[in-house]
Amino acid sequence: METEELTNELELVYSKPETLKDVPFHYCPGCSHSVAHRVIMEVVQELGIQEETIGVAPVGCSVFAYHYMNVDMQQAAHGRASAVATGIKRVLPDKYVFSYQGDGDLAAIGTAETIHTVNRGENILMVFINNGIYGMTGGQMAPTSLPGQITSTSPYGRDTADVGFPLKITELVAMLPGALYVSRHAVHTPNAVRKFKKAITKSFEYQKQKRGTCFIEVVSNCPSGWKMTPVDTIKYIEEVMFPSYPLGDIKVPKDENI
Amino acid sequence: MIRGTVIIDKDLCKGCELCIVACPQTSLALSKSINVSGYRFAELVETNCTGCVNCALVCPEVAIKVYRKAKGTKKVV
Ligand SMILES: Cc1ncc(C[n+]2csc(CCOP(=O)(O)OP(=O)(O)O)c2C)c(N)n1
Ligand code: SF4
Ligand code: SF4
Repeated sequence: METEELTNELELVYSKPETLKDVPFHYCPGCSHSVAHRVIMEVVQELGIQEETIGVAPVGCSVFAYHYMNVDMQQAAHGRASAVATGIKRVLPDKYVFSYQGDGDLAAIGTAETIHTVNRGENILMVFINNGIYGMTGGQMAPTSLPGQITSTSPYGRDTADVGFPLKITELVAMLPGALYVSRHAVHTPNAVRKFKKAITKSFEYQKQKRGTCFIEVVSNCPSGWKMTPVDTIKYIEEVMFPSYPLGDIKVPKDENI
Repeated sequence: MIRGTVIIDKDLCKGCELCIVACPQTSLALSKSINVSGYRFAELVETNCTGCVNCALVCPEVAIKVYRKAKGTKKVV
């Protein structure tokens, strides 16, 4: 049977969400950014909140997130996405507001904004794409790079005696009383994608309750910066990233009543 | 019996192979030819697809549409 004939008989169970614009992604082959964009937009579509959602894009490879995500968006100066999201949420408290940032953005130049946004318990969702490297600028070492990790600025591997240890900013913000829900995910396998999607759904639902910041890390890849094939990054994520960045909930709301 | 199938937009595909390793049925493989961007693209090469959606979940390019036999419909081939 020809595929076309066949699809008439079968039920369409998966296609691109309407909340993603009909344009191809500019990201490198196999990059986690595209998957993370898609999942967030799928949730927006499923919750029916496209008109009520406002995103803030960072500086980094995902600087053009607003080319893809079909919701209102603002792009912020490097590291300042959570501060811009704070402003938006305070002026429009009934909108669903999220920031989307890489590790160079959120955990390096934007560390102060990140910590203070969560410490104030801003009622936003912060999505943190941790690929352990500065992708956009050519694969430089990030605060999140792993001990021994070879990058363009640590050609002999990250030397912890010189530049310190990977910054676990997710655990750090989880300690703050302003954090409502803090969870670490990945998008490297189908099941990881399913769990990440649930976490994003929960975060938007919690946002309605205005009880604090939701912070979701995505342990991501950067095939170009890591100089690996996309398939090899799966193994690297599991064997090298997860020991430092274990998956799972780090903080959950005390009384889960949604 | 066909339980499911996928339609892959070959010109959106960047040949990352993530769908190929995610497919529990090993139904997918890279093409021999290249697409408009010069990438070898993923293709359905077997008839054993179950429509499990795994490939589409990991596809960064949202290039895969998945179809599955609807519950309660009569058998297709
Ligand atoms: C104020 C300022 N400093 C430095 C830069 C250069 N710069 C652009 S992107 C980037 C890091 C991006 O890394 P990350 O946030 O991890 O995102 P990725 O590209 O890996 O997704 C840097 C340092 C800049 N654009 N602005
Ligand atoms: S440089 Fe890295 S983070 Fe940026 S698009 Fe390419 S793979 Fe993704
Ligand atoms: S996951 Fe998507 S982009 Fe990658 S090879 Fe498969 S169809 Fe192509």
